[in-house]
Amino acid sequence: MAGGAQARQNWRYRANIAARAVAGGVGAYAVAALFAAALARVLPVDRVEAVIPATLFAFLVAPGVTIWAFLARGPWRAWAGVIVAILLLGPMVWAAGPPA
Amino acid sequence: MSAVREGARQAMAWLHGWTGLLLGWVLFMMCFSGTLSVFKPEIGRWMRPETVAKADPVDAITAAITWLAKNSTASTGWYLTAPDERMNIVEAAYDSGGADLYRALNPVTGAPIARETLGGEFFYRLHFELKLPYPWGRLLASLAAFTMLVALITGIIAHRRIFRDFFTFRPGKGQRSWLDGHNALGVLALPFHLMITFTGLVTLASLSMPWGIVAAYGSNLTALYHDMVPGAVDRAATGNKAPLAPIAPMLREAQRRFQGAAIGRVYILNPGDAAAVVTVFRADAGQIASTSGEISFDGTTGRVLADWTEQRPALQAYNVVYGLHMARFAPMLLRWLYFLGGAMLTLTIATGLILWIVKRRERAPLSLGNLILERLNAGVIAGVPLGGIAYFLANRLLPLGVHDRAGAEVSAALWAAAAALLAGAVLPSKIAWPLLLGLLALGCTIAPLLAPLSFDNGALVGGNLVLIVSALGLAAIVVRQVRRLRGPVPIARKARAT
Repeated sequence: MAGGAQARQNWRYRANIAARAVAGGVGAYAVAALFAAALARVLPVDRVEAVIPATLFAFLVAPGVTIWAFLARGPWRAWAGVIVAILLLGPMVWAAGPPA
Repeated sequence: MSAVREGARQAMAWLHGWTGLLLGWVLFMMCFSGTLSVFKPEIGRWMRPETVAKADPVDAITAAITWLAKNSTASTGWYLTAPDERMNIVEAAYDSGGADLYRALNPVTGAPIARETLGGEFFYRLHFELKLPYPWGRLLASLAAFTMLVALITGIIAHRRIFRDFFTFRPGKGQRSWLDGHNALGVLALPFHLMITFTGLVTLASLSMPWGIVAAYGSNLTALYHDMVPGAVDRAATGNKAPLAPIAPMLREAQRRFQGAAIGRVYILNPGDAAAVVTVFRADAGQIASTSGEISFDGTTGRVLADWTEQRPALQAYNVVYGLHMARFAPMLLRWLYFLGGAMLTLTIATGLILWIVKRRERAPLSLGNLILERLNAGVIAGVPLGGIAYFLANRLLPLGVHDRAGAEVSAALWAAAAALLAGAVLPSKIAWPLLLGLLALGCTIAPLLAPLSFDNGALVGGNLVLIVSALGLAAIVVRQVRRLRGPVPIARKARAT
């Protein structure tokens, strides 16, 4: 058995998949949740009428991020995408302040 | 095709496989029970074959309330659904002496039907609660729906030739046949699959994606509830007893205000209390949007407290998305299309799960993990419908009046599914499959024979037909499997025969 190199490659592959899976699972949910929260605050309509499209579209954002996590060139890029999205959306939610 | 795009396609094929496998069995159960739920009222009628009485919705609700006023103790609310052309009972959910009950009430007498059963409600609840305690069942169902959405989208991306898959089926060729079947079933009803998955995800949104709500309302759920249903009247019980005013005039008034649309659900909050409220909802059968209007009356005087029709576009959009999933609006033909679409999605999942194994088995001996998956496949894919058929058989065979009869029917379903799972785990899969599918075919054959057939009961006739067609289809599969068990047909003989 050419153990060492093979094992290292296996390990690299698993780490790659694991990193993408976390980005595409937890990361996708975080982005979708922030998207819903941001849109619910930003849309210039009654708050219940903002919450609904915000929530509906969040369900389209989430699978988009999941797919991105596995399409990106490498796990680093996958995570970079997720982090950029969080950095864009997070401050929007934060800036909106606590709900009235 | 460029190397990059080919790489992306492969990545998507990989993701499609794994997301499909991850909660594939849960999805199979959800799709199976969801498909049956399309005919929830009809399943109820099939399971209560003696109940043929029919009554006008107003008379039926009046009878139900008269019975409940005498027989439910210390209820905080009675939640009733009026009969219509599809359902011939009053569905009643209420608490009595601390226990939450679900009863089918006779539309004429108001008393519970002797053949106590949950009817289609069992499949309906199983579909999104998975027999798990709140909120875990619904959360797992949400997660499964999400993986399904990802699996559908990646499945589309992974395909080189969506259109040609429509017309491709190469039977008797192992992996290729399973792939063709999986593709055809998935692609043919793809818009339905996408619609039902997305709308299903949305129905549980307040639990699975509450962050828009949290951002806008914080923890002020009272404000949220008020904004969602401004027409709702919610007032606390006073503790002072007061009889309920006659219900029929309230229902007639509601019907008048709905401009001819039928009454659907009728909720009585704080029954017997001075602060009783009667809320009448417009039936969902008249429009795609669910819960589009409601009228509340003061329970003791019959005076109108609130009259609300939903007209805000965002809320209407949500009600349409919700209504599209529930399909209560759908007339008969469309309902059959929902059923067909659901059946195809169920089979897409089943063939996908089988394909996972077949593909790996043709390449190399299965790993231990895949050997376990192979056996669980047989146990789940045959076991879930076996549970369903055990439920129907128990409905016919359990004596009337036995303690917790409705619960015993459910137990029969769960034990049968568990036994199938065990058989699938213990037996080699080429024995388990024909055995379990054979039992399923047998059950589908016996179930129609256990109640006298009356041809004016459409649900009984239709249900029996579906069972018989299923039995025939299953029998054909079992015959093939048994033949293959005796040894593969030698190629030379096959050639000579043709």
